Amino acid sequence: MGTVNITINDKQIKAQLGSSVLSAAAKNGIHIPALCDNELLDAKNGAACRICVVEIDGRKTLSPSCATAVSEGMGIRTDTDRVIKTRKMLLELIIANHPLDCDTCEKNNRCALQTYCSDYGVEDSRFAGGETKNYAPDTSNKFYDYDANKCILCGNCTRVCGELQVNGAIGRAGRGFETRVAAAFDESLDKSVCVSCGNCVSACPVDALLPKPKGKRRSSETGKVKTTCPYCGVGCQMNLIIDDNHVIDVEPVNGLANRGLLCVKGKFGMEFIDKPDRLTVPLIKRNGEFVESTWEQALSLIADKITDVRDKHGADAIAGLSSARVTNEENYLFQKFIRMLGTNNVDHCARLCHASTVTGLGTTLGSGAMTNSNAEILGADVILVSGSNTTKTHPVLGSFMKQAQTRGAKLIVIEPRRIELAQTADVFLQINPGTNVAVYNAMMHVIIEEGLQDKNYIAQKTENYDALKALVAQCPPEIAAKICDVHADDIRAAARLYASADKAGIFYSMGVTQHTSGTDGVKSVSNLALLCGNVGIESGGVNPLRGQNNVQGACDIGALPNVFTGYQKVTDEQARAKFSKAWGAKLSDKNGLTLTEIIRKSGEGDIKFLYIMGENPMVSDPDLNHVEQALNDSEFIVVQDIFMTETTAFADVILPATSFAEKDGTFTNTERRVQRVRKAIEPIGQSKADWQIIMALMSKMGLAQTYNHPNEIMDEICQLTPLYGGISFERIEDEGLQWPCPDASHPGTKYLHKDKIARGKGLFAPAPYVPSDELPDSEYPFYFSTGRILYHYHTATMTKRVEGIRKMFPKSFVQIHPKDADKLSIRNGDKLIVASRRGEVTTTAKVTDMVKQGLLFMPFHFADGPANMLTNPALDPVAKIPELKVCAAKIKKVSQT
Amino acid sequence: MTGCTKNKNQLLYDELAHFIADLPERKGALISVLHKAQSIFGYLPREVQEFVAGQLKIPVSKVYGVVEFYAFFTMKPKGQIPISICLGTACFIKGAKDVLSELKQILSIDVGEVTPDGRFSIDTLRCVGTCAMAPVIMIDEKVYGNVERKDVKKIIREHQ
Repeated sequence: MGTVNITINDKQIKAQLGSSVLSAAAKNGIHIPALCDNELLDAKNGAACRICVVEIDGRKTLSPSCATAVSEGMGIRTDTDRVIKTRKMLLELIIANHPLDCDTCEKNNRCALQTYCSDYGVEDSRFAGGETKNYAPDTSNKFYDYDANKCILCGNCTRVCGELQVNGAIGRAGRGFETRVAAAFDESLDKSVCVSCGNCVSACPVDALLPKPKGKRRSSETGKVKTTCPYCGVGCQMNLIIDDNHVIDVEPVNGLANRGLLCVKGKFGMEFIDKPDRLTVPLIKRNGEFVESTWEQALSLIADKITDVRDKHGADAIAGLSSARVTNEENYLFQKFIRMLGTNNVDHCARLCHASTVTGLGTTLGSGAMTNSNAEILGADVILVSGSNTTKTHPVLGSFMKQAQTRGAKLIVIEPRRIELAQTADVFLQINPGTNVAVYNAMMHVIIEEGLQDKNYIAQKTENYDALKALVAQCPPEIAAKICDVHADDIRAAARLYASADKAGIFYSMGVTQHTSGTDGVKSVSNLALLCGNVGIESGGVNPLRGQNNVQGACDIGALPNVFTGYQKVTDEQARAKFSKAWGAKLSDKNGLTLTEIIRKSGEGDIKFLYIMGENPMVSDPDLNHVEQALNDSEFIVVQDIFMTETTAFADVILPATSFAEKDGTFTNTERRVQRVRKAIEPIGQSKADWQIIMALMSKMGLAQTYNHPNEIMDEICQLTPLYGGISFERIEDEGLQWPCPDASHPGTKYLHKDKIARGKGLFAPAPYVPSDELPDSEYPFYFSTGRILYHYHTATMTKRVEGIRKMFPKSFVQIHPKDADKLSIRNGDKLIVASRRGEVTTTAKVTDMVKQGLLFMPFHFADGPANMLTNPALDPVAKIPELKVCAAKIKKVSQT
Repeated sequence: MTGCTKNKNQLLYDELAHFIADLPERKGALISVLHKAQSIFGYLPREVQEFVAGQLKIPVSKVYGVVEFYAFFTMKPKGQIPISICLGTACFIKGAKDVLSELKQILSIDVGEVTPDGRFSIDTLRCVGTCAMAPVIMIDEKVYGNVERKDVKKIIREHQ
């Protein structure tokens, strides 16, 4: 972009063409006050407060600098008497009906209006004494309050809600003095479509929108620490606001991953950090009771046990479950520890989410990660969402998709539930659960039949096309329509729309992966993308959305039974030699056991020592009755966590770890971006960071490790891992880097397979549709599926400790279609027993036409009525991922509301 | 709700849906859609606004904001005989306010309200372009000019 020469207050400035006067001034250190300016928002919809007015040579009236573009030769004055007088008058007009209770106001000293009034010496208003607003504050939302009396109508909140969150829960209503920010029909916010993301609260310059509860700020001086959100895989950048070693608030940072947005969990979900029931001392089980111990006692006991087991039963009797919740450095140290003991029995819960992505995309493309970056969603022509309730599970990416739609992108949704995105989709295929492969194959049938495939791309960049063509020729939409229970013409429409795009991005998640055919599902998605030349381009690709904050990193860093860091195979002699030398230990050449195998073999007695770091298999794993039995029968279990969980009950030793807010390190988000986690507060009680605990344990076992800081661990990772070769704490200080990043001068990789597909050529891996392992029958007539909701996270260990969330969703529920409910005389709120061949749970009915008829859906977060009592542990033969998404179930009413 | 009214209501929604489907461009069509909706339903109740929002794929809060902004749009139902009284400058000066207060008193309702029997409602408007006849009352297409306080009762009786 070109530059223009402008003059501001006699200062010659080169400004970027297209930039506003306000931002050009700011870049040159000239401050212009503004109440409604926000870099994230479209200036066209702004210019509401007018405080930013300036004088421009040759113009009679003052111009709002936020909405005035610079032009060549423009002369601007920001400090004339006329400008100052106008600003003063505007401030006086605002405060004429704004409560002047600054001393007792929660926003005191942080209020933009207060600051400008003070800057301009405005103490009272010549317009005072007229009408004032008198609205009742709206305290109905569980996370924030709205006081319309304090609102100055800058419009930031409604613009954030409309332009960025693309939710439109609030808008302007009324006219003149009656103008107000309101939800539809002036209803209270809890009745609106508000998703409590709190981005409006963060954008409010005054005290009109404020987080609950009030009075958290004690000191006038608060600290601010930039870090990465510990919830989902989006990797939002945020500032933790610290007051006296407490995290009292969170504000979004405009990072590359999240573009200034957060969701309810990131904004309002940090209350868990210093809950009184945090684990603060090591605990040892004696005679069935946990008793407090010193770190020395606990670590000695563990070290002795490990030595004993290894001596008597060999290293393969030891296993560890690492964690997608802790940092890369901690995962590295954990798998290093387990491997140095002489076994590869290390895995983590990625086995339950994207194991099939790693095997599927590994086979077809050579890399099992998102091909594109989060923000590339904004540039896609067509977005295909399948098996992902994106607005709930990856809320910020869901907003990016909706933003893309407002820019003209078309949306295809393939889901068994009519999720939020389906409501505005251009094509929505409400398929039967577990029939993904059938619908993808039928789409490819249509594309090839109608000649819509990218023939050049296929010829140059792929192989095995003929086999795909032969397979999908057998899959006309009419057959898929029957299998999936959708219209054949809708499949055709989806196929044509997908194929018509220059840049089409596929986004998928557990709805594709958690099946016995998970690997086939992933391969089919990849086939579809390759068929239309959508791999290796910006904004087009295959994007598995990773669920947890660091599940990508835990995989990258080798918390898997078959690979070291960076997917270097343990069976590869060269790789083994490299790690063996670096670590000074003899390493096993045998693939280790997977998570589900580890749990089973612990119960069977083959595993004698199980180390669980930051995982909660007693809620997250399928077929909980069997998990419970296995953990009960296990010989020795160590659990390292921040809270007591359903799993800690089975532990012999519990070690108190620190939360993300108490340690340094890195997380790798779903778009392969390695981002900093920064210590914001001191550890609670005697808790220690996971890396410190493992380091101490290793030292105790004579595997002396000395790292002074996680950055030293990262340096070691980089030396051993080409994928991360160029990453260092220094380089990711401001913004994270995306792997592959092989050396210190490499800028990171925005999208994969750019010049060449990683495995050489994209492999078409035709896969026929295979039905789910267990289907509804006369005894168990319903499809049963599980998933997540917006407000809770994973096994709810953190979110159930957030008051607002607990109030909104205190207990489990099952979604059932109104017609099914009618047949069984079930009403909303009735108590039900849901049963499968593996167990039963008591839960509450939520009657909704969001689910298909014949489908029951239950979130898996809740330990009361845990959905995983029912799920089927049948495994995908390649990825060993269980079929969490489909089984057969029946229901019985227990009582009425 | 009886089957008959349900069908009638469905027909009204169908008419509105057709109007929206025939729009050359949905973007920016909100105001004309609301005009149409009000002409079909007589007013813009919540359900109609939600229907419009769904059809145009825009937030309900935005539809509501527009309905609230323009005085022309109303969320209150009108009577079978909607009475409009002009409060434009000429009519105002010539005593429209008196006429209005008489109207309100006789019907026992306020501006924007409907009589309990659903027969009459009162609305105000600004100038119908017949200032020479000020003050004026409009009922359907008929304009009553030079209305005085004492005339109001007679006019209402005409429609009872």
